[in-house]
Amino acid sequence: MQFGIFTVGDVTPDPTTGRTPSEHERIKAMVAIAKKAEEVGLDVVATGEHHNPPFVPSSPTTMLGYIAAQTKRIVLSTATTLITTNDPVKIAEDYAMLQHLADGRVDLMMGRGNTGPVYPWFGRDIRDGIDLAVENYALLHRLWREDVVTWQGRFRTPLQSFTATPRPLDGVPPFVWHGSIRSPEIAEQAAYYGDGFFHNNIFWPIEHTRRMVQLYRRRFEHYGHGKADQAIVGLGGQVFMRPRSQDAVAEFRPYFDVAPVYGHGPTLEEFTEQTPLTVGSPQQVVERYASMREHVGDYQRQLFLMDHAGLPLKTVLEQIDLLGEQVVPVLRKEMAAGRPAHVPDAPTHASLVAAAGGPHDSTVHAVDDVTGQSPDADPTDGRTLELVR
Amino acid sequence: MSGRTLAVVSAGLGQPSSTRLLADRLAAATAASLREQTGEAVTVTVVELRDIARELTDNLLTGFPPAGLRAAVEGVLAADGLVAVTPIFNASYSGLFKTFFDVLDEGSLQATPVLLGATGGTARHSLALEFAVRPMFAYLRSDVVPTAVFAASEDWGSTSAEGGLARRVDRAGSELATAVASRDPASSRPRSVVADGFDDPVPFEQLLTGR
Repeated sequence: MQFGIFTVGDVTPDPTTGRTPSEHERIKAMVAIAKKAEEVGLDVVATGEHHNPPFVPSSPTTMLGYIAAQTKRIVLSTATTLITTNDPVKIAEDYAMLQHLADGRVDLMMGRGNTGPVYPWFGRDIRDGIDLAVENYALLHRLWREDVVTWQGRFRTPLQSFTATPRPLDGVPPFVWHGSIRSPEIAEQAAYYGDGFFHNNIFWPIEHTRRMVQLYRRRFEHYGHGKADQAIVGLGGQVFMRPRSQDAVAEFRPYFDVAPVYGHGPTLEEFTEQTPLTVGSPQQVVERYASMREHVGDYQRQLFLMDHAGLPLKTVLEQIDLLGEQVVPVLRKEMAAGRPAHVPDAPTHASLVAAAGGPHDSTVHAVDDVTGQSPDADPTDGRTLELVR
Repeated sequence: MSGRTLAVVSAGLGQPSSTRLLADRLAAATAASLREQTGEAVTVTVVELRDIARELTDNLLTGFPPAGLRAAVEGVLAADGLVAVTPIFNASYSGLFKTFFDVLDEGSLQATPVLLGATGGTARHSLALEFAVRPMFAYLRSDVVPTAVFAASEDWGSTSAEGGLARRVDRAGSELATAVASRDPASSRPRSVVADGFDDPVPFEQLLTGR
């Protein structure tokens, strides 16, 4: 099982000091947090993508490429990559490039984005959100798997004999998760492709999460990718810890009370009961998260939101220390206990390469404009792919 | 389960509240008429929005209902008919009253028989039922009965139990009872008339081809 952190990348005033970090500070803090995550032994770090204040991560592959250069082991991911407003061609190129630079330590989580005004800035309409997610991902899926794509759809300029470069590392595309909070269509999409499904449950009661995950598992089996309990599931989480429970509550409450999303509403006590938010000792966090699989089955990835609501960097780094030292090692053991052998781990580049029968160079060479020959020329593979519709 | 259920939503703020008083009168009149028409037992469930006012605000902010509100919503959605009563504030329903209906899922009250009531200081506010409250339930596609009952201070001051308010209450109650009696009991119907994407997802091939 993988454990990691994900960030929204919000620039939020610290309510205890009134101080708001600059964008520059926040961006550097995100890098420091990612490096700390690797240092304490976490498996995954994921960044959000946003194109409006108060968020900074508008350019995730720039951020992740920089982190890739400063880390060795941790998997770089997104939470989420906007499959609706980004051009799927650019996603194919950017993340294949990142995959090469990071030697395969890359996966992605697709999401739609729920801010209406953002869509028109990219020439889109939020009312087409599901249709965009379906069509754009169908194209992206082909661009990573077919060397030459001819395609026509509803939203994007048609493609004639297009090759997305670089080709995926070792001929294996990055693993994809699909994130959705409320839309059954996205659970269905993840199931159809046999991709991962991530339920970002941090603001939701567990009954709702269970329902979404059950739908995905059932449909994963329906589409023939394996048994329902072999589907690839990820969950969000949100914690604040101090060695003594009452210290955690006292320190976090001023951040909770005015936090974006849920602030000014339910009390900290109510919200911790209703959602996965856990504020207390590391032991309490372990107990809470060890129980998640009772609701959704054995799952593959647990990401925690640690740097939000204006928490200062120093505090966030202390939290990640606690997570890496006192929570994750225990959770790894707890989650492994009683886990059936046929339940897979989350796919990694190495496991996907192994499943593909080993690495192969998937470089596509251009046609020589003098001889008209391509080093790849193979009459049996001179594919011109027909339109899907 | 045999018998019929009536849900009452009252947005009164005072305790005791004239809005609740009107709601109880309307519920009693409906229940009496319904028993007479169907011969079945009638159960009345009352939701006092004042008791879940904070939970309603939390739902607006977080997007999901806390336990108390969820139970109240489930009670209302499972009922055969609804009596909905609000004080008139600024020529319309109160904010609290609207919030309850704002947090329901789309289509929740579609085709549900509904009786509307309202209270206010003077009868000059009575048409708010027709130009504000009724259109909201038209939007919700509920089956609102023709008579909506407004009770002003002067109605409560009337010494005659047989006065105008009592007549209006009885007429409205019998209209709602007739609408409820003409339908199969809610307990015998599928729980939701709205297609549920969780139980019955649109197959992906269909999504892929644009339906």
